[in-house]
Amino acid sequence: MDRFVDLTLNGAANGAVYAALALSLVIIYQATRVVNFAQPALALIAVYIAYSVSGLTGRYWLGFAAALLAGLLMGALTERLLIRSVHDRSPLSAVIVTLGLLLVLQGAAGMIWTNEPHSFPYPMDFRGRFSASDAFALVSVGTAAALVFALYRFTPLGLRMRAAAHRPEAARVAGVRVGLMLTTGWALASAIGALAAMLAVPPFVSPNVLDAVFVYGITAAVVGGLDNPFGALAGGVLVGLGLSYVSGYAGPELAPLACLAILVAVLSARPAGLFAAPSARKV
Amino acid sequence: MASPAPRPAADEVRPPAGPPAPVGTRARWSTVPLVVRHLVLAAGALAAVLLLIAATDTVNTMRIAAVGYSVLAIAGLQVLIGASGQVSLGHGAFMFIGAYTVALLVIRLPMLPLWVNLLITVAVSAAAGVVVGGATARLHGPYLAGATLALAVGLPSLAVRFPELLGGGNGLAFTTRGAPPALAATVSTAQWQAAAVWFTVLLALTVLATVSRGRLGRRMRAVRDDPLAAAAAGIPVGRTKVAAFVLSACCGGLAGACQGYLLGTATPSSFTLALSLSLLAALVFGGMGSLWGALWGGAALVYLEVWAEDAAHALSLGTSVTNNLPIVLFGLILIVVVLLRPDGVHGAVRDAAGAVRRAR
Repeated sequence: MDRFVDLTLNGAANGAVYAALALSLVIIYQATRVVNFAQPALALIAVYIAYSVSGLTGRYWLGFAAALLAGLLMGALTERLLIRSVHDRSPLSAVIVTLGLLLVLQGAAGMIWTNEPHSFPYPMDFRGRFSASDAFALVSVGTAAALVFALYRFTPLGLRMRAAAHRPEAARVAGVRVGLMLTTGWALASAIGALAAMLAVPPFVSPNVLDAVFVYGITAAVVGGLDNPFGALAGGVLVGLGLSYVSGYAGPELAPLACLAILVAVLSARPAGLFAAPSARKV
Repeated sequence: MASPAPRPAADEVRPPAGPPAPVGTRARWSTVPLVVRHLVLAAGALAAVLLLIAATDTVNTMRIAAVGYSVLAIAGLQVLIGASGQVSLGHGAFMFIGAYTVALLVIRLPMLPLWVNLLITVAVSAAAGVVVGGATARLHGPYLAGATLALAVGLPSLAVRFPELLGGGNGLAFTTRGAPPALAATVSTAQWQAAAVWFTVLLALTVLATVSRGRLGRRMRAVRDDPLAAAAAGIPVGRTKVAAFVLSACCGGLAGACQGYLLGTATPSSFTLALSLSLLAALVFGGMGSLWGALWGGAALVYLEVWAEDAAHALSLGTSVTNNLPIVLFGLILIVVVLLRPDGVHGAVRDAAGAVRRAR
């Protein structure tokens, strides 16, 4: 029973990270209908910037802020420079551009900071069954999700962003600067991705450190339904708990397979995710 | 009510005028059955590859063989993504299945000849394709991409889970037979293996080209362009998608088998996410519209890495730059190709050939 509680707490903390990553994917998918496969690479660069800033100044939280800021900037730049030029092409073009960016940034990280792992500190004390770091992961992701929800639901900016994402033509007619809103969405999402990476990376940072985390994050997003931010959060917790139980009771090497099993089980019952709205199709 | 116009009697109906009688070699060539044409092309390609292998050293022979199996894997992906419109990010998983099937067959049943091993690999990959294609046939776009991504990451962990059977993290090592004794004096092992790989690859490509020009290919393109219209026209959409997956899985499995046969090993670390993504990158680079794209993609996959390494050494760049140069180049090419030439190298070649033909 003790073990079960441990695994549940651990899974919830990991799930928060997957949920944050899934949330960042869903925000972008809702805005531009693109799954941003470059998300882990953008977050990776943000983490490396935090590593450098913390190393230079000796302050962890300065690095943390730098990472979020870097995420914000890189997300905006990616949308402006790359995604916008393929926006009117087939969906595959955007996917391929983000995959290309993933390769470039991962390689660039290896070139600048070498492929060797560097030690990377936890935000807080990480010892114990439910450490301060675990609590921090849950609280920070929860806060970020609440802020995003409040932004979309209660502010004029959020209203414009929703309008730009769902009815771009009508929004443009009503005077919303659609392009700027999409860029804002990408920036916001990449900052959340950077937050997820800052929580996921410790104790070591290396160019491939986020690969598995990203697969779990995209699993969470797909399981929850790419069109639903609450689905992303629920999917993240589901995947985090599921993987924690499988790792704890059956062995950590089975986690990737368990992730696949969760994905197949959910999608064969509901092909558009657990929380997808029923879709109408035009014949 | 007007009586319907009298219909002409059956014997009055003339057959529609057929195409004009073929004139010249080019036209006569187009009347030869498709399979025969593809076989002739494949035989010509095999002859060219054999000449190339005979003329170069062992290192280049191995690279040429690597181009062979890469071309096959990318061609399989072309059928899946280009023709049937299903984006798979996990094709490395089928190469994993192929490589481990051959490794297990060689180790457990050493008396079987290579061609039997390859046939069994095709059967196993086809079964895997039915399972994966069947499970994912209802998924669209990003959901399919996510599922195949999880497959590519999840499957290699099987090898770590079952170390007694699949060798754990170190994988399986095995030795394959080289040239038959009668030829051993004139043909090196590498040359024999490269020839065997290209023979397999070209045979598989012939099947693939013939199928994708035939009824199944037309159905796949119809399903890709408009699933509803295809269903209304009586095409079984789900079954066509699964068929595309099976075809593509067979190519991936066979390519993995060829890789295992060449290297004599099957390790989980060679079937990473990066492999699956670079297969897709190579396909986009070569051009998704045609099987010819796979040729350019396969060559780029092998030689870009070689050239990047040579260039880095020539410029005496640091190791961390050298190690990461190929992946950065691949990413850059991917972005540039999509932004400037979405139809890839094959599109550029086709345009150039068209310009030459018009100029004449």
